[in-house]
This record gives sequence, structure tokens and C-alpha cells, in this order.
Amino acid sequence: MSKINEFTKGFLKENPVLVLLIGMCPALATTTSALNGIGMGLATTFVLTCSNIVISLLSGVIPDKVRIPAFIVVIASFVTIVDLIMQAFVPTLYNTLGIFIPLIVVNCIVLARAEAFASKNGVFASFLDGAGMGLGFTTSLGVLGIIRELLGNGAIFGHKIIQGDGILVFILAPGAFIVLGYIIAIVNKIKKTQEA
Amino acid sequence: MEYILIIISAIFVNNVVLSQFLGICPFLGVSNKINTSLGMAGAVVFVVVLSTLVTHLIYTFILVKLGLAFMQTITYILVIATLVQMVEIVLKKISRPLYQALGIFLPLITTNCMVLGVSLLVIKKNYTLAESVVYSAATAIGFGLALVILAGIREQLELVNIPKGMKGAPISLITAGILSLAFMGFSGIVK
Repeated sequence: MSKINEFTKGFLKENPVLVLLIGMCPALATTTSALNGIGMGLATTFVLTCSNIVISLLSGVIPDKVRIPAFIVVIASFVTIVDLIMQAFVPTLYNTLGIFIPLIVVNCIVLARAEAFASKNGVFASFLDGAGMGLGFTTSLGVLGIIRELLGNGAIFGHKIIQGDGILVFILAPGAFIVLGYIIAIVNKIKKTQEA
Repeated sequence: MEYILIIISAIFVNNVVLSQFLGICPFLGVSNKINTSLGMAGAVVFVVVLSTLVTHLIYTFILVKLGLAFMQTITYILVIATLVQMVEIVLKKISRPLYQALGIFLPLITTNCMVLGVSLLVIKKNYTLAESVVYSAATAIGFGLALVILAGIREQLELVNIPKGMKGAPISLITAGILSLAFMGFSGIVK
């Protein structure tokens, strides 16, 4: 039961973007369409899961004082792997996401899970934690991407649903801020009603 | 002339926070008060320019020469983390007042994706060393400008009665969105 909990907590209760408010930069920048958002989310999930596994394996070996630099090196290695793989196999997506692939290194979620969870827990639990958090991140990016694409372009995953031009501003930068602001407000509201 | 174009484009047209989405975390985190946001802005300008300078030199003279350009991400993040630590130690020894003004912001800056982002962007844009320094300074100033403006608005917002769910992050994000809308008015000034 508790193992399932490690996996599911990333989706709503501790959702990185919507509740903990970390990893905002890629969440805003890469969600111009649903597909881009999910692509970015999956890239982050891969890095998060792999780095969680490796760090939990190495937690006995790494001296406490240099643990943060050591974590960063592990994370940066996996980011380089993702960077090269995406460049080779999905060049269009790679070009759209651009600088935000290497920037996964400084995504606070990855380091936060390494420090707060993977360095203290077993391999399997860390794997579940990484995968759950990563997929929670992917879900929120997907939701943000779907809303922005629908409003801005009248389409979902590239399929036109509403005819005519969309409200272009939702694809552009201001739309990202405004949509995310409203989603977080709704999540806050739901949390308050549940507590009450 | 070219430098002026780079400066205007980096501060207003392609503002780093409002149109490129770098450094959102500190942008939302320290924009409560104008004073703290000024401190943060100062620290960011300092660190971004320094780290762009150093990483640009390392890239052209070490990584490219040795054919290790794919090690860019790992090298940069380590260099930046070390650099920030060193700046903190040096400032503590040399200038107490400056350290007190910027000190608490320095550790936060390592995780500011703007620092790594700008270092990577100047390589992508094929800027020369001088252009890189100008670009990084202008970008950091743009960050400071957006931060101070948002802080000013948020100080006023404290006094306004808004729905409970909107308090904190949501209203800041929406304010930032409107600010970004205003900054879009600058597009077209520079090609």
C-alpha cells in the first residue's frame, strides 16, 4: 500500500508544478502545444527516474559533504544522454524544446527528489518516487498544453476541433502565465474545500 | 550599433522572464518586496555576467579544442556552482557590505536556470566574447527590471481583497501574464 502511495503522490497531493510550485520554467515555456508539453515531461521523467535509481544505489558511497555536487554530476550525465538521444531520434521535438532540454539539470524537481527521497530510501521505492513525480509533472504539462492549444489554436494534439483562428495570445508567452495562474487557483480551491 | 540592438532586444523585446521563461522561480519567490528584489537583481547581474564570461572561455578554448562539446551541460553546471561558491567566499573576505546585500541571494542563484540558460544561449547564437558579455549583462538587467516591476505591483496587491484561492502564486502568475502582454508591445522594435 505504501509503495503505491510513493507512486501516486506525485499526481495530485504533491504535484510538483501545481502544488509545490517547482519546475515552473519548463512548465511555462514548453507547453505551447499538448505534444510539446508531454515530450518535455517524459524527458524529465526519464532523467528523474534514472537519477533517483543511481543516487539511491550510490547513497552509501557518496560522502555527505560533497553529496550535492555528486548528485548534480549524476543528473547532468543523464540529461546529456537524453539530449543526445532526442537530437538523434526526434529532431523536430528537440528543436522546439531547444534550450530547455539541457536546462533539466537545474529543474529543482530532480535535485529535490534526489536530496529529499532517493538518498534516504531503497532502490525500488526511489524508482517509484521518480516515476510518479515525473508522470505527475508530465500530466500537469499535458493539461497546460491541451488548454493552451485548444484556446490558442482550436486544436488538440494537432487535430483541429474548433474551426477558425484561435486566441493567439494563449500560444504566446502571456497565455502561459495566465493559464497556469488559473489552474493553480482552481487546485488551491479544491484543496481548501477538501480540508474544510 | 550592434551592441545597442543586442541590449534593447535582450531587455525589452525578448525579456528573459516574460518571453523566454527563464528564472521563473526567483521571479515568483523574491518579488514580494522591492528591496529584496533589488538585491536579487544585483546578485543576478553579477553572477550571470561572470559565469557567461568564464563558460564562454572554457567552451572556446577547452571544450571545442578537445572535441568535447557534448560535455557542455555537465561542465557548465559544475563551473557555475563552483563560481557561485567562490564569489560568495571572496565577497565575504573583501567586501562586507556587498556580501550583506547580496549574500543570501547567492546560494539561490545556482539553481536559477537563467544562469545556465544564458551561458548556453550565447553559444547557440554564436556570439563573440564581447557580444556574449553585453548580451548576458542586458539579459540580467531585463530580469531585474521585470522583477522590480512585479514587486512594485505585488506590494500594492497586498492591500487588495482578492478571492482566497487566488492569493499568492496564482495572482502573481496572472499579473506576470499581463505584464508580459504589455512587454509584447515592444516586439517589432528590433528585428
